Amino acid sequence: MPKPLQYFAQGLFYLLFVAVIGFFSSSPAYTHLPPDETLIKLSFSHAGQHKGACRERTPEELAKLPQYQRKVTTICPRERSNVVVELEMDGKQIYHVILKPAGFSHSGVSNIYRRITVKAGTHTLKARLKDDEGDDFNYVREETVHLAAGRIMVIDFKAETGGFIFKNYAP
Amino acid sequence: MRKALLGLEGVLNRVFGSDLNPLYCLGALGFYSFWLVVVSGAYIYAFYKTGIDLSYPSVEFITHEQWYLGGIMRSLHRYASDALVLVMALHLLREFILGRYRGARWFAWITGVPLIWLIYAAGINGYWMVWDKLAQYSTIATVEWFDWLPIFGEPLSRSFVTHEALNDRFFSLISFAHVTVPLFILFLLWVHIMRISKPVVNPRKGLAIGMLLALLVLSFAVPVLSQGPADMAIEPTKLDIDWFYLYIYPLLDIWTAGQVWALMAGLSLMLVVLPWLPSRFKQIPVAEVHLDDCSGCRLCVADCPYEAVVMRPRSDGMHFLEEAVVVPDRCVSCGICAGACPSSNPFRGEVGYVSGIEMPSMMMSGLRAGMNRDLEKLSGDVRILLVGCDSAADVGKLRSASVATLSLPCTGMLPPSFVEYALHEHHVDGVMISGCREHDCYHRLGVLWSQQRMAAKREPRLRGRAERDRIKIFWAASTDFRELEPELESFRASLAENLKIMHNKEER
Repeated sequence: MPKPLQYFAQGLFYLLFVAVIGFFSSSPAYTHLPPDETLIKLSFSHAGQHKGACRERTPEELAKLPQYQRKVTTICPRERSNVVVELEMDGKQIYHVILKPAGFSHSGVSNIYRRITVKAGTHTLKARLKDDEGDDFNYVREETVHLAAGRIMVIDFKAETGGFIFKNYAP
Repeated sequence: MRKALLGLEGVLNRVFGSDLNPLYCLGALGFYSFWLVVVSGAYIYAFYKTGIDLSYPSVEFITHEQWYLGGIMRSLHRYASDALVLVMALHLLREFILGRYRGARWFAWITGVPLIWLIYAAGINGYWMVWDKLAQYSTIATVEWFDWLPIFGEPLSRSFVTHEALNDRFFSLISFAHVTVPLFILFLLWVHIMRISKPVVNPRKGLAIGMLLALLVLSFAVPVLSQGPADMAIEPTKLDIDWFYLYIYPLLDIWTAGQVWALMAGLSLMLVVLPWLPSRFKQIPVAEVHLDDCSGCRLCVADCPYEAVVMRPRSDGMHFLEEAVVVPDRCVSCGICAGACPSSNPFRGEVGYVSGIEMPSMMMSGLRAGMNRDLEKLSGDVRILLVGCDSAADVGKLRSASVATLSLPCTGMLPPSFVEYALHEHHVDGVMISGCREHDCYHRLGVLWSQQRMAAKREPRLRGRAERDRIKIFWAASTDFRELEPELESFRASLAENLKIMHNKEER
């Protein structure tokens, strides 16, 4: 191959090389979330109630314990209840989960992190949680929210502040 | 696929020349890309600040306020990282197509698998450091993917739910990881090539300059930009993703995390077990040392492409200091060591003709006997010995009444003295040597060593009494057979011409 042609072909090769790198380095664009959708993130840690009732230690039981262990007077069964969570939007259930307590003895907290994609707009959201062995949901929150497209709404839960917290960052 | 690859390599040989053919040094180009990433990364790292509210502005500063250097370095850093993935993928694909992962080559093959993971880890980690929308998307998708593994108590993703949940320590962690992971990569690169003798870790100057200039031009023409600051209240919707590194994320939107883990683990496992899967590949028995004929000269050690021959103190009481020892796990049975051994000399007597290092399935005595038989049968005005290798153009197809052929596991197995032997003991008119294409020897160094031995630049040298005008070297891959045939004919014609001139001189 004549030298000039060889150099020209080498140039073409380098051009192809940078074209491949330059193009696939940022193209084609990827649509992760359609423009008319929004995201709800259900995310919290909560310990279910103990299975069975707690009771006070008797004076005899306390007496058998070493001095430094006598401060804890209440004893509870180790195992905790499952945490049941449900989410309804406009009267329709969009999510239901039973969260088992962590740990081999099922004595830890129940964790959840879930992404739920929904259509943007104004919706009535109802979140329910049950953390004991009973049949009824002991925490319920219902609210009409405006979910803007591409925004994230976080549903948190803190029993000590009354239950569900809706963090809607819509503008 | 093999045919297509060799065809493409043939085109690039014409464009670049075999010494600068990029496909012949993909591994070296990988090393080179890695160093470009390290050098450009070191510069931008000096200006990078770690913190939720610091990282993005610091990258913006580098990109815009210092566009002429910091911005170019950032772009070079990205594009060289992409080039690294590209050449790594091509390197893997090429070695796979050419079957260069079986037998003793398993070690380099499987040590490449964790390298892929680490290079991806470092690359994706680098994207997070920018802390723009792409970083937010990639980070959250990754932690969600990892949360599928049953090793975390509380989901990692919970740390990225809101801006308040995020911690500055995350940025310290990823900055630290972006330095330490490349160090592991460097260590693994060393492991990757540790069983290869004389590894090529630097591309030829021309190619290195060409690649650097190409990436710099790209950096100036299309500078890398951030995609807006991360905002934990807004889900990134449309993103310009780097498909070299981040293709896994769209997959995570379609498949479950478990399915993507299964795919990645399955692909990695498949790569790891590939060298041991049943195939037509059959390795012939490995080299053996015959101490009675080994003088401990170290030529086999110097020539072995896989460091499969080592020296140790003499164990048989002979007066030599050392003896050669074959490490069977590393031997690919190429026979290059036997070609290097001075005792392979065919001028030796019939009795006790054993080389210091031999291929059990192709002993030098058998090779000589076979060659003797074939050369004695030759007839015609111009008689030629054609030597080739099993991995290249099939020389056996050119066998004829006037052409004897000898195919070896590698051309490097041919001791130069065999050429002299054919010319002077059997009075063949010419010896043609063929084998894999230049710079692309299936056994790495056979072609190079053969060239140097025949040019008397490497031991064992072809002696001066072997007339160079009666020897022709022409390298031809399996797909180059059509070129080998006319080369043989042109060699025959030139030999005939020489013979004619000689006859005329004698008559005068």
